[in-house]
Amino acid sequence: MEITLSLLALQLVTGIALGAIYALLAIGLSLIFGMLTVVNFAHGAFFMVGAFIGLYFMGLTGNFWFSLVLTPLVVGCIGLVTERFLVRPLYGRGIDYPLLLTFGLSWVLIEAMRLAFGVEGLPSSTPPELRGAVDLGIGYFPKYRLFLIFATAVVVIALWLFLEKTRYGLIVRAGSRDGEICRVLGIDVSRVWLVVFGIGCAIAGLSGVLAAPTRAVNPEMGIHVLAESFVVTVVGGMGSLVGAVVAGLLVGVVFALTSLFAPELAELSIFVLMAVVLLVRPQGLFGKAGLMG
Amino acid sequence: MSGMNEFIAFVRRHRVAASIAFLLVMPLLMPYQALAVNILIFGLFAVGFNLLFGYTGLLSFGHAAFLGVGSYLTGIGMVHMGLPWGVAVLLGVASAALVGVVMGYLAIRTRGIYFSMVTLALAQIVYYAFYKAERWTGGENGLRGIQVPKMEVFGFTLDFLNPNTKYYVILAFVAVALWFVSRLLASPFGAVMEAVRENEKRAAACGYDVDRTKLLVFVISAAICGLAGALRALHLSVVPIESLHYLLSGQAVMMCLLGGMGTFFGPFIGAGVFLTLEDVVTTMTRHWMAVVGAVFMFFVLFFPAGIWGSFMKRLDKSS
Amino acid sequence: MNTPLVNPPFMNSRRRLVLASGALAATPALFHIARAQGAPIKIGFPVPLTGPFSAEAQDQVRAAELAVKEWNAAGGHKGQKAELLVRDDKLNPGEAATRTLELIEKDKVNFVVGSLSAATQLSINAVTRERKVLFNSISQSDAINEAKDWSLYTFHEALNPHLTAGAVARYAFPKFGKKIVYLTADYAYGHEMVRGFQRAGQPLGAQTLADIRHPLGAADYSAFLPRIQALKPDILVLCNFGRDLVNSAKQATDFGLKQTTKVIAPVLLYTSRVAGGADAFEGVLGGTSYYWGMEDKIPSAKKFNDAFRKAYAGAVPSDYGALGYAGILSVLQAVKNADATDSQRVAIALRQLKYDWYKGPQSYRKCDHQSVQSVVIVESKSKNMKDKNDVFNVLAIEAADEKNLRTCEEMGHKITT
Repeated sequence: MEITLSLLALQLVTGIALGAIYALLAIGLSLIFGMLTVVNFAHGAFFMVGAFIGLYFMGLTGNFWFSLVLTPLVVGCIGLVTERFLVRPLYGRGIDYPLLLTFGLSWVLIEAMRLAFGVEGLPSSTPPELRGAVDLGIGYFPKYRLFLIFATAVVVIALWLFLEKTRYGLIVRAGSRDGEICRVLGIDVSRVWLVVFGIGCAIAGLSGVLAAPTRAVNPEMGIHVLAESFVVTVVGGMGSLVGAVVAGLLVGVVFALTSLFAPELAELSIFVLMAVVLLVRPQGLFGKAGLMG
Repeated sequence: MSGMNEFIAFVRRHRVAASIAFLLVMPLLMPYQALAVNILIFGLFAVGFNLLFGYTGLLSFGHAAFLGVGSYLTGIGMVHMGLPWGVAVLLGVASAALVGVVMGYLAIRTRGIYFSMVTLALAQIVYYAFYKAERWTGGENGLRGIQVPKMEVFGFTLDFLNPNTKYYVILAFVAVALWFVSRLLASPFGAVMEAVRENEKRAAACGYDVDRTKLLVFVISAAICGLAGALRALHLSVVPIESLHYLLSGQAVMMCLLGGMGTFFGPFIGAGVFLTLEDVVTTMTRHWMAVVGAVFMFFVLFFPAGIWGSFMKRLDKSS
Repeated sequence: MNTPLVNPPFMNSRRRLVLASGALAATPALFHIARAQGAPIKIGFPVPLTGPFSAEAQDQVRAAELAVKEWNAAGGHKGQKAELLVRDDKLNPGEAATRTLELIEKDKVNFVVGSLSAATQLSINAVTRERKVLFNSISQSDAINEAKDWSLYTFHEALNPHLTAGAVARYAFPKFGKKIVYLTADYAYGHEMVRGFQRAGQPLGAQTLADIRHPLGAADYSAFLPRIQALKPDILVLCNFGRDLVNSAKQATDFGLKQTTKVIAPVLLYTSRVAGGADAFEGVLGGTSYYWGMEDKIPSAKKFNDAFRKAYAGAVPSDYGALGYAGILSVLQAVKNADATDSQRVAIALRQLKYDWYKGPQSYRKCDHQSVQSVVIVESKSKNMKDKNDVFNVLAIEAADEKNLRTCEEMGHKITT
């Protein structure tokens, strides 16, 4: 097979576009884990819910941008309710319980979407403004996927600004480092945790609505995505936002390049990567050593 | 009331016999024998998993690998190597234990949530390996051709196709495994397991080799789950590739929690409740996933000790 | 004055009721004899009512129920009626085996018809053949024809990958070009499709540029598309099924591949086309066992469609629905022909059966019990649609011919008659 430089370059761009979705998902997961030490097993389900609600709003209003803004808000609210009534009672009982609860929650969310939208899923199409492929010089690439890369960059920058430059962001960062001290300083840590869980779920929902035009939207789409999100979060370091972004892009590129040379091994390769990272450097590329054991 | 307490204490001391007595009559409570056999198999799977999770405090998300390896190697032994069923079952158990040694050795080096993630990743690698080895495993089509029409046991010929015979033959295996688990938990080693769960550092300070303990439990757990897998291969006559998938690992966790982690018979109750619930709800509505998920969440929130665990706690309080 | 509750009037009648039910339960022999005389012919029907192919499975159930109703209305077999026992196998082979055990051991079914995936039908077959129960499979698989899995009681109503892929190749390769790239789902079914295409393509001079395997169930195919773009094939064959086909067709369209390449698929399902939408499937051509639009060419198709429309408020049957219908009718007809309800005699009668339930003449090949049948080549359409069901144009119908199947010897069968 002829591997030209332009093919390699196009494959790299493909990997980055793939990685953009991975990065967004990992950010949400990492945020929730870093702040609340909760492993959100319903993350894939929130992604799926976001895709469905996104398509629903697009169908209702005919406007993609409207849906892009509204969907994360709706999914974030579902996240808020989840944290307040389902996860909060379990704090202090050990890390396993919220994990198990969110596992059960994912089953309920999948069935809820089946009830609401049917078992077949919804047909999705690229919004008209972003349709078509662009000649990058190295080959044709879908316009929408370039938009994905751009949108992810915007979200990452916005999140970074929020965490680094705002007062609330400071509280969030402090809370993840030491919740006890924050409470002593008079900060309502449980309110912060509520908001962070909501933001994490909102980002999952956003990734869902962004991913919807590229693939079939059906109730089972989150199951596969969950395993991939874990791989990325572990590689980047659970609790690290920089790690989530870097690992997302890394995993996307690894997957894309493996697909070029040995496509059957592509899926396997990311799990091997996960195992290697866990055994050599369990805290991941950017995670804090000693986090959770 | 003291008569009741004496009875409870008696049952506790002879928990293996009591469990077996219950399992002897269990098929009469079930709508059909195949479900009862599934409960035996998954009950054993959950008991094996519980050794690691409930008693040693290590949450593994890769236990499907042991169930699957046990099933596949038993099947491969019978279909590709022409082994008699008894030898094939031994092969299945030994293979699962071997995979347990390798996975355990790698996984023990990590702690907490990373341990769970590593077991997940390693089990996925096992899944892909078996998926690709189509000539031996049938790949996505599964391994077919496992046939045990007649069993020669101590000079008797048993018709394995008869659902009742099948149940009691499998019960025999499960009974031996339960006896073994009970002896293990009652031994000094069992106490060390629980010490590691409660506080690793303290156990190490007392002079126990924590890593070796964990590895040993890991391998024993793998062997028992491997036995469950071997029996499953005989029961279904096929080994589906889903036997190695992480969703099955998740089911082991659910069953242990529903039944009661850290109790001897709890996982069996959990498996029974989970499978029966799924079976019954499936006939009533297509939305069984929502019902089972909601029930599970309910238990996590309000009955974390599980059905049997809560029952045991209530007994302890009253006596 | 307190009337003791020991002997209030209602207790007497309740006691009588308890005694009566006890007596009834204690005479199973009597009860059993009474049942045996009018006992219905029970057909177990395990299909994935929940999971990704739930819509197709529900159509299978609807059509099967129609078949049973029609047969019973025509008098059944000497007054004996048929009964359909539908079970959900959740598209999981382990669950399918358990359900089949339940159907055989608890419900004591006479026959089993069903399945909607290769893995589940092989699993059901493993259970039925050991217990000598007739099984008529209604979904695609190459493996079920092979000697390893076959038995006297194993029948295959549906198409197999080899036949379907071959038919599509024979139609498309001469028309669109010789340079072929396959994007294949990495499991037995995908490999079987590729083998079918390559076998049919060889005499036509087709050249395989690449066979790119993707993980089953992959949602994102973008990693494979640049390479396909670079190879510049005449035809891109999407050797996958259901949701995988929808995703890969969508994304191939996004990457602009249709400008230079014809996209074809071995199996083009009605439900996939509806789920994927007109855009993704524009210009895509593929094979199928049945499309309702055939009714203007085939009289039995019209008859079947009309019956389905009447029973289900104007809905039309899908490809898998039609298989459910035929799978049941073939077995029931064999019961009549054999004048028996035990699997052995019915199987022998089924082997001789010649029928035309919905798409023209069919019969089962002797060595592997594969139903020899036509393959329909359809192309997705988005303009001039008469109604929402009118999603395909029928391009051609390849007539039933045993020559297009793999040979008996090749599949390991020693007996061919």
